[in-house]
Order: sequence, then structure tokens, then C-alpha cells
Amino acid sequence: MEFRKDLFANERDDDLNEVGRPTQRQDAQGHVTGRSRFFDDYALPGMLHMKFARSPHHHARVRSLDTREAAQMPGVVRILTSEDVPKKVHTLLILLDLGPDDEPPLAFDKVRYRGEPVAAVIAESESAAAAAAAKVRVDYEPLPAVFDVEEALAPGAPLVNEYHGRNWYDYNGYDFRKIRFGDVERGFREADHVVEERYQMSPIEHAPTETGGCIAAPDTAGRYVCYTNTQALFFSLETAARILDLPSNRLHFVGGTVGGGFGGKVDSVHEPLALLGAMLTQRPVRSAYSRAEEMQVSSPRGAERFYVKDGVMDDGRIVARYARIYFDAGAYSRLSPYGAVKAAAHMPGPYYIPNVWVDARCVYTNRTPSSAMRGFGVTGADFALEVQMDKLARLVGMDPMEFRIFNAYRDGDMKAHRRVTKNAALIECVQAAARIADWPLSERFQAMSSTRDGGGERGVIPPAPAPGPGPGKGASGRRVPPAGAEAAATTARPPAPADAPTVASPARSPLAGRGRMSSLLGTRRR
Amino acid sequence: MARRRGRGIASVNYPIGMNLGGDPSQALVHSNPGGKFTVALSSIDLGQGMKSVVRQICAEALGVPVEDVFVDTADSDTGPHCMGSFASRGTHRVGNAVIAAAEEARGVLLEAAAEKLEVDAADLVTDGRGNIHVRGAPSRLITVADASAAAQFEQGRTVSGRGIFLVPMSTPDPETGAMDPVTCYAHACTVAEVEVDDETGEVEVISIEAAYEVGRAMNPRLVEQQLVGGGWMGMSHALWETTEPYYPDRSHGPTDFNQYLMPGPGDICEQRFTILERPAPDGPYGGKGVGEMCSTPPIPAIANAIFDAVGVRIDEMPFTPEKILRALKEQGGAR
Repeated sequence: MEFRKDLFANERDDDLNEVGRPTQRQDAQGHVTGRSRFFDDYALPGMLHMKFARSPHHHARVRSLDTREAAQMPGVVRILTSEDVPKKVHTLLILLDLGPDDEPPLAFDKVRYRGEPVAAVIAESESAAAAAAAKVRVDYEPLPAVFDVEEALAPGAPLVNEYHGRNWYDYNGYDFRKIRFGDVERGFREADHVVEERYQMSPIEHAPTETGGCIAAPDTAGRYVCYTNTQALFFSLETAARILDLPSNRLHFVGGTVGGGFGGKVDSVHEPLALLGAMLTQRPVRSAYSRAEEMQVSSPRGAERFYVKDGVMDDGRIVARYARIYFDAGAYSRLSPYGAVKAAAHMPGPYYIPNVWVDARCVYTNRTPSSAMRGFGVTGADFALEVQMDKLARLVGMDPMEFRIFNAYRDGDMKAHRRVTKNAALIECVQAAARIADWPLSERFQAMSSTRDGGGERGVIPPAPAPGPGPGKGASGRRVPPAGAEAAATTARPPAPADAPTVASPARSPLAGRGRMSSLLGTRRR
Repeated sequence: MARRRGRGIASVNYPIGMNLGGDPSQALVHSNPGGKFTVALSSIDLGQGMKSVVRQICAEALGVPVEDVFVDTADSDTGPHCMGSFASRGTHRVGNAVIAAAEEARGVLLEAAAEKLEVDAADLVTDGRGNIHVRGAPSRLITVADASAAAQFEQGRTVSGRGIFLVPMSTPDPETGAMDPVTCYAHACTVAEVEVDDETGEVEVISIEAAYEVGRAMNPRLVEQQLVGGGWMGMSHALWETTEPYYPDRSHGPTDFNQYLMPGPGDICEQRFTILERPAPDGPYGGKGVGEMCSTPPIPAIANAIFDAVGVRIDEMPFTPEKILRALKEQGGAR
């Protein structure tokens, strides 16, 4: 690894003592000698184990739940159902002051994805808990399920989550978070080429060395301790306090040393129920994912779908970009409504494009709820944008590096979310990459800089177009079914959005618009 | 039938910290009577090196050697609130909170030293080796240990500091999407070279060469650790991994590492990096964050390299041999 200290040297004070040194990690010795304490190293005497009875159906009504046989199994100490949970429906996003509550820690009237927990068995051993969990009898009435984001948005799709009342997240009364900048329609009309492509991200497992889990135990003074590998200590503590309806200072969380997270340990699924088990049994309770659960039940990286439509000139300038983004949240919000907004804000990538239109939707389907993962909202977006950039470069006959330098944002350029670019360094990164990879760049592009030639005409907010339907007919209206009707899931290339039929608004659900959704992140309540 | 080489690139930026802000982190710094410092946090070390980065930042801000600082995290009874370790926010948010706390503690330390040396605290400097001396007069000196002991046993001062860093929350305009997602961005450009077997559809990644702009590399080894791991994760995302191979169909979901494919030691490739530092105006010593960004650009770079090698576009992840072979068949072979 080499440093390019010659770049931006005038903006940097390199006279530092400790910062910048290759100091050995504080925890290196502990990690390599096995002395670092992870949550599982806090195994306590008399500790019980929690395992879940899980739905075999993607979507089903729960007619009845019978735990009597399971309770008779050897080693079983206690079985938890929704009846035992003080707050029966919750959402992680409430800590960002976003509703609605949409997910039961233990399902009761309905299950909405395969693997959803309906009962938690607490037993003397993990195997006893698992054996008893298999004996929990649930009378399910299977319901039609929907798995594809665009099918979920089509009229007549099964309703996944009643707490939302429709299969999308409501952003300020809209079915998507939007970016409106300049006039994309005009950009497409004036462009020499218009290209629209579809990109599909896959659901991906975080695959940490240490699966998610915790140990909860009764402590003194009516308090409970929880040793956990959460990525967000107070986030998990506050989530548990709300679900258990406890003052937060009754809980003492200990963590901080984690065997890999990658975003998969923010969901706080183990702590509330392990604590509840510890409260009801007055014994330590361990709950942790098996590897199979980690892969199929814990939140994966969401499968995002992107339609990117660009207008590009023969000289290489990108003049318009229209992105439709579908976040597959699965059955519950978890953190997906946040991720979809992050994806919207990320558009149109690190480039100056004068006309940008973004519709970012968070869609509910009958699959394992997805959630945060390394690059949340960005990884899928950059896959789509950067493959698209390659296609555009070849279309106009430019070198792919030079094409990126040509379109790169520079200091002073106005971004689509209406903030001025500062501290940009994309051009220099491309130039530096060209150098180490022996990729030839012409002198013209080697001479370009993030600190020059931005701003000016590029630094202003362009006038809005005359009111019109926008690039996706109906897409600018309130509460209309979005582009789901436009393309079937399996179509490799969808019709251009302008060809989309206009669909009438569905009846408004009584649940629509409830909750505190005045902004994506409203006032934080403390 | 042949193995065909191709190169592809991707250039990206990455937003640092929780999108739209509103994600505070706090730090407490205090000295024991021997002049050794503890940073109390509730932030999480996921393996990325959170504790070590914060330790170096604290030592830098205090003006003491790194050996004189240890970081204690995460205990909700002793560590003040932190939003969490995600969104590439640790270095930026927690680093700034630690600087604020360390500067307050340093202020007390220098006042205590000034009283002992009978000088003005504003005239004192630290040498980064455990001493405090009068600027321009290195012999008029007191050790950090003596100053700290004097503060606590003679002067009744607590050598401690509190810090918080908050990027105020932004509310997107519902009509235009105007918003402040983050205050700074890191940047990267990645070149991937691959070899595609047009008979089997298999892709071998030959090399990943990339430039990363990180604001400030707080610890070059930790940066490299992130870049190497992230590069492998990116190639793994590109070519192997998925929990639902026939998405949106839910069938054939893997449940162990025999079924859930990732690159093994024989599959990972050589990686070369070059580091750029354009300090973020509001970053700790300019630091941004490299944690999430590095797993992203290998994915499109590999997709573009596959096209360069055999002329097929795979627009659905992962780029499996099956998808490549089907595309080659449709195209009538590599070109």
C-alpha cells in the first residue's frame, strides 16, 4: 500500500505524533491469544438456552398455537409466546422517531415470512430447546404470498403487512422518497442517446465469524444484565426497554467486542426476548443464531432493484438521469425505509448531472426482513450506476476512466439533493488508480482536478420544469400505485417508464398516514 | 474455448456517517493519578479497529504517547451514549467526540502543570513523550504523571473531559428531495482484472488495484486491513454470495458454508492500493471512514471486466457461471 502524499498536501497538516502511525491494535494480543471476551465467554452457571418455533409458511394466518406438548419435553423450563411480551408490536425505527410499529417480536395473528418466530422455548440445553420447539403446534391457514417487489406493488397483490396498510413505506404521503432536480424530460429529449437498464442486487448474508446473540441474566437491585454482540449498544438497550416496557436503567448492557458485524447486528432481535426469558425464569438465558438461522432467518442485505435511464451526449456529457429504486424490505421495516432514502440521496453517483429524477421505494414482500449491510443503500446503487457508466462510455466511444473523470463532480457543483459539492476527490482517485494499474490516460484528463472548473453554471439549482407527469407517468402523483404495473418480475428489460399505464389510486387504507412520519428522521424523542 | 482476460473499472464515493445525521456519539476521558488515561465509550469494535483508532486520536489530542491511553468500551453503565458502529460513522463521529473530550482533559492537565511550574498555561506544550514544558524552554518541564498527580492530590482538579459530536438532523423536502445526507464523502476508483473461461463460465479475479481517498489514514495498517477484507468481500458479493440463488424465488436457500459460497484461499486475488488524503473539514484530523466503501467498487469493476473479457453484460448479482454461460449462449459465444 502506497500513499500519494503529493495530492492535497496543501490542505493537510502532516505534523502529527500518533495519528497516521501503524500502531498495533489495542486488542490484537487478546484476539490472537483467545483472551478477548466475546459475549459467549460470559456463560453463567445455570444458564438456559432459547430456541424458536418458526413459521414454515411464507404467509399464513395463525388460527391457534398449542405449546402443551412442547412444555412436557425434557429440560423445558418456560415457553414464551406473544402473550408474554409487554409490547406486542414494535419497530426498530421508533428510535429514529419513525413509525409505524410493524413487527411482533413473537408473531401472533399472522406470520409474514418463512422462519418468523411464533414461540420461544427456554430449556436446560440448546438441543432440548430445539427439540421442544419442534413440538410447538401451530394451526396455520396459508395465505397467498408475494415475493417480488414490483408484483407486490401491483393492484391486487396480497397485503403483506397490515400495519402499513399497503405494500410500501409512506414517505410524507408519497409512496417513495423523491429527488427532483432540473428537467429530466428535456434532458432526454435533447440527449444524443437515451439508455435504460435494469439492475438486480442479490440478498446477501453478513456471514460474521460469530453469529448474532446474547446472554441475559438477573442482576442485583432488580436490574438485568445483557452481554451482547450488538453493533449499537444503546440502540439495542433502548429497543429492549421499549419492548419490555422497562425503564432503561433497569438494563445493563455489556458488549463492544464483536466477531464481525457488517450491519447484521443492529436488529436487536435477541436481547429483548433473552431478557424477557431471564425475567420470567430468574435464570441466565442465552439466545443466539445457529449458522442456518443466520443465513435464512436473520436479515440479509436487501435485494435492491434499480432502473437507471440516462441521457448522454456524443461528447460524453451525461445530461439526465432517472433512477427508480426498489428496496425489498421483506415482511417488516427493520431499517429498510432508512436505506431507501440513503440510496435516493446517493443518486446520481459522484457525477455532475444537471437533470435528475429519483423515486426510491421501500417495498414489503413475504420474505425474511432485510436490513442494514455494509454499504447500506449504496452498494447496490453503485453496482447499477457503475455498470451503467461502463455501458455509456462504450456507447459514446470514450475510455471508461476518461468518461468518469469527464463527468465527475467537482468542488462547487450543485448536487441533485441541492447541496454544493465540497471536498471532492473522485477525479484524483481515478487518476491515481490509472497510475497504479498502468491504465493510459490522455494528458487532457490527467490535468483535470476536483478543485478546478466546478461551480459557476454547474453550481446553481436549475429551474424546475413546467408541471407535468414526469418521466414515469403517474409517478409524481400522491398515493398512486407506483411503477409496479410496468414490468413483470421476470422481464429482463422493462418498457421505458414513459410507456407505463396510468393506474387509478387504490382506496386509502385506514392505517395510511398514521405514525410520526413528518420526515424520514423527525424530532428525536427522549 | 479459451480463458479470456478483461479489465473493468468503477469509481465511487461514500457518504460518511448516518444518513441525514441526528446520530450523536459521546466520549469521556479521564486520567488516573499516574497520568494514564482511559477513554470511556459505548461504541463497538466489530473487528474493524475502533478501539485502536480512538486510542490514537485521544493520544494525539492529549499530546501523550499512545501507550498512556486505553479505551474501555462498551458498558452502558460506564460508557456514555453512542449511536453505534455502522454507516462508516465510527472514525468520524466517535473520533470527533474523543477529540473534544481529550481537549477538555488536556486543558485541565495544562492548568495543573502551569500551577506547578508557575507559568501561564497558554505557554505550555506537550512533547508527545509524556512531558509538558514551556514553549521554547524544554528544560522547564513537568511530566504528565506529576502534573496529573498534582491536579488530583494537591489542587483538587479532575483531569477529565467530556465530548460529544452531533451532525444535526436534516429533514428531506418531500417535493424536491433537498437534504443534507452527510457532511463529507470518501472516494475510490477500482480496477479489476479477470479471466473468464468461456467454456465453464467461471471467473477468476486476477487482481484488484484501487485508489482510495480516505480524508486521513488514522492507522495505515488498519486502513489496509479494511481495504483487503473489503476487496475480498466485494469479489465474493460479485461472484458467489447470495442467500436466495433464485431470487425472488425463496427456494434453494443455503444454510451452511458448504452451500453458501464464498471465495476460498485459492480464489482470492492480489490487491494493490494507493491512498489519497483530502482531509474532511469536519473530520477528526480530516478522517472520513473506509469501512463500508471498500466492499462496493469491486462488484461493478468485476462486472465490467467480465464484459471486457467476453462481451456479455450480467446485470444481476452474483455473476455466476450459470448466468455467464447462458448469456454467452444467447450471444453465440464470447466476443
